[in-house]
Amino acid sequence: MIQIIDYGAGNLASVANALTKLGQEYEIISSPIELRDDSKIIFPGVGAAGSAMAMLRATGFDAVLPTITRPFLGICLGMQLLMPYSEENDTACLDIVDGEARKFTCDLKVPQIGWNTVSQIYNDPLFAGISDDAYFYFVNSYCVETPYAISQTDYGYHFASALKKDNFYGVQFHPEKSGEVGLRLLLNFCEL
Amino acid sequence: MLAKRIIPCLDVRDGRLTKGIKFQKNVDIGDPVLAARKYYEQGADEIVFYDISASPRGREIMLDVVRQVAKEIFIPFSVGGGIRTVGDMRSVLLSGAEKVSINSAAVKNPSLISEGARAFGSQCVVVGIDALRVSNGFQVVINGGRVATSIDALTWAQEVARLGAGEICLNSIDADGTYEGYDLELLRLISENVEIPVIASGGVGNLEHLYEGASAGADALLAASIFHYSEYSIREAKEFLRSKNITVRL
Repeated sequence: MIQIIDYGAGNLASVANALTKLGQEYEIISSPIELRDDSKIIFPGVGAAGSAMAMLRATGFDAVLPTITRPFLGICLGMQLLMPYSEENDTACLDIVDGEARKFTCDLKVPQIGWNTVSQIYNDPLFAGISDDAYFYFVNSYCVETPYAISQTDYGYHFASALKKDNFYGVQFHPEKSGEVGLRLLLNFCEL
Repeated sequence: MLAKRIIPCLDVRDGRLTKGIKFQKNVDIGDPVLAARKYYEQGADEIVFYDISASPRGREIMLDVVRQVAKEIFIPFSVGGGIRTVGDMRSVLLSGAEKVSINSAAVKNPSLISEGARAFGSQCVVVGIDALRVSNGFQVVINGGRVATSIDALTWAQEVARLGAGEICLNSIDADGTYEGYDLELLRLISENVEIPVIASGGVGNLEHLYEGASAGADALLAASIFHYSEYSIREAKEFLRSKNITVRL
């Protein structure tokens, strides 16, 4: 069972559609009391860090998420919120994984919108069956610097496009919008 | 490095494609969901739907199309045509589209851009600009190219970026339908002078035109006829671009 966390920040349809396509059972939950002991967690991120953290605090998810011991996948902003801090809206975040979310300082167009390559640093099970330098779909103005990167991507300079610390994964790209490769990554997560 | 996106555009009226698409073996496809899936399988990076339904009923049907497409293809797609309010934008996004495209409504009511960006994020808001050559540059035209305004296209492009648009879809009214290639002067002017990605639109008749657009600074390349009539598959287009050292997702 996959539980998708809905903290009111946006549209979860595409993650849900991808899980349906993969034949995975899922439910969307909007309160920490709905968390089950036997589920994996997907934490999508839409919108800005400041408002997302405010909603996580209002729902009580902010206190519970760091204590989760089951496989957890933060997507896009959901990855950035794992950091102690994001430059976006000068926001204190969940502080689960060391590092920082910073605005792109490259002279390329920001936000980065489109397909970019993901260079795997480790042979992590999340990337099983996915070739190195495969393309994934990105939409981001901020990016993560962390010692826990498991892949990196070049947009003027290298940033962490995926991370892993213990049971916590984060991906900066949108696997649910990254075609068959993205579906494979989600399946890998579901089968952890 | 970011790849140049190849984007087929599908015109839909009352839930059907306005022109049937001939994929392999000349099977004529009028179902937008099936056509989208074919392009997805061919490796399209994104798909644009343009709804030209005139009736409220047609728009309802379009939302059904969006919901079905979202279940079948796992790449971003946008929906444009007839979106006038934040409520219209919300309906399309909640049905599963990644982005909405607004054009005339943004010219008439520029705050729609900033309100949309605030509500859903800039990445959801594509502003379509139809530009026409005039003696001293390019002018914005609206209502599908039928009504001229006195607005300078570059000034408007910079304004929509400032208001929070995530991307511009730049369509040349002069080039549209000619099959003679994008208006490269227009494309260079806008893409060099705005900070957000620019999707080139209007005029593609062969693969060389896609290459010209990429070289002129477009971040993404939209085309319709060359894909719809099976002159080229998306994959052939990408292989051609790669042979010219343009970065594409293959």
